[in-house]
Amino acid sequence: MKISTLFYCMWQGLRSTFRNKWFTLASVATISACLFLFGLFYAILMNFQHMVKNAQDGVSVTVFFDEGISDERVLEIGELISHRVEVSKVEYISADEAWETVKVYYFEGNEDAEKGFLENPLEESDSYEVFLTDVSMHEALVSYLKSIDGVRKVNEAASVSNMLSGINVIIGYVTGGIIVILFAVSVFLISNTVTIGISVRKEEIQIMKYIGATDFFVRAPFVIEGIIIGVIGSLIPLVVVYMIYNQVMLYVAERFTYLSQLMQFLTVEEIFANLTPVCIGLGVGIGFLGSFTTVRKHLSV
Amino acid sequence: MRTGSKKRVVRKPNDHVISFENVSKAYTEGAPALNNVNLHIDKGEFVFIVGDSGSGKSTMIKLIMREVLPSKGRVFVNGIDVVRLKHRQIPKYRRNIGIVFQDFRLLKDRNVYENVAFAQRIIQVPGREIRKNVPSILSMVGLAGKYKARPKQLSGGEQQRVALARALINKPDILLADEPTGNLDPKNSWEIMSLLEKINENGTTVLVVTHNREIVNAMQKRVITVKKGIIVSDEERGGYIDED
Repeated sequence: MKISTLFYCMWQGLRSTFRNKWFTLASVATISACLFLFGLFYAILMNFQHMVKNAQDGVSVTVFFDEGISDERVLEIGELISHRVEVSKVEYISADEAWETVKVYYFEGNEDAEKGFLENPLEESDSYEVFLTDVSMHEALVSYLKSIDGVRKVNEAASVSNMLSGINVIIGYVTGGIIVILFAVSVFLISNTVTIGISVRKEEIQIMKYIGATDFFVRAPFVIEGIIIGVIGSLIPLVVVYMIYNQVMLYVAERFTYLSQLMQFLTVEEIFANLTPVCIGLGVGIGFLGSFTTVRKHLSV
Repeated sequence: MRTGSKKRVVRKPNDHVISFENVSKAYTEGAPALNNVNLHIDKGEFVFIVGDSGSGKSTMIKLIMREVLPSKGRVFVNGIDVVRLKHRQIPKYRRNIGIVFQDFRLLKDRNVYENVAFAQRIIQVPGREIRKNVPSILSMVGLAGKYKARPKQLSGGEQQRVALARALINKPDILLADEPTGNLDPKNSWEIMSLLEKINENGTTVLVVTHNREIVNAMQKRVITVKKGIIVSDEERGGYIDED
């Protein structure tokens, strides 16, 4: 195919986008509405996932050692644990550090009660605090830790980890479900809009086919039109979601300070780093598929 | 008016541009649009196909254009077995056939120049040749001064001339005209028929489907009469046969 023919098809597609302005507007509005909903859900779910991830990062398992264990063995155990894939971080907590923490927690403002303890009651309670990369691996890690020679006790975080992995699974399903539903709805709506738009131009397609135009020549302007509509239809919701997200973050930061301290929200840049290509990709994909498949129905002239 | 003659025109097989061999076409079972039709049209002929509405005339055009396939029999155009054409071969095949319709079928959003140039663009003719060819063909159909006009700014006769220019610009071997004067007044009808005759004199085979009795009778060309899917008459220098 000649380059001039390609440019001609592109020009016709561009012209057609403006010429059939009502069809263009209807299609852009449909894609925009679907992708706007997608963008909102994406931003909410990503923040949820981020919060769960933060909570996961704080989940730890404490490992206590047998009485009279040598320092070398404690170090060996530390090495063994830190090499596990499910472990993100291992922190050694000496008995003295543990007692200091307890004192702060239990005896703050009641220092007299603390004076009753002449020695460290947590003697022989040196431990490792083990943080997980993925809470769903909690059970496997605990079994391993219990099997290590020299380990006396393992304090599990089973309920927290189970809850967090449950939430993770639910978020995964919800995200997947919403994406599938929105995609199906948008493809249905787009296909209807394109079908109506193209049936009006069925005669135009027939004329082209009678004159001897190839399927490519007939289809190319429609596909280019579909892609243009897809790009515009994805950029509009991106801008709207960007503005809404920014405003909501500002509002939360100003009005609900305690909430922003409690929960860590993703920045607009973090959200849009992935949302922008995904949204444009979906818009282009929907526009391309919608026009490609609908024109095909009329090509058998 | 000459009617009722059943004389068949015998042709040399090698000269046939269009051949129908035992062709039947049924859109619905038991109601054939064409029934066992045998027909041969030679290079350079001017042929009228006449008949009532629903007699099968337009089906013949559709078969030649390879818009539909015969239910039975074979159709040859320029020696090509139309039935055997693959979908991807159809565009190239159609470029050797020009076609005009009763309703002109112009691209409404494009001007006269673009409507005609379009036929050249699809066969990837270089731009400089298009700029040379389009004014030339528009002059031939008498529309040189209206190349910027949109179809809705033209009269019916002018629109049909644009359609003719578009059909002819790629120099097809065959020109099919499906009721080309159906939407035109007598003056414009005659102008279009004169153009078709001129095109035919330049060597293009012209096949005209029409209801226009006056024109058919006056032009004294070969006339094929179709009735209920059967060719009932095929006359050299024929006339319009009354249906009753």
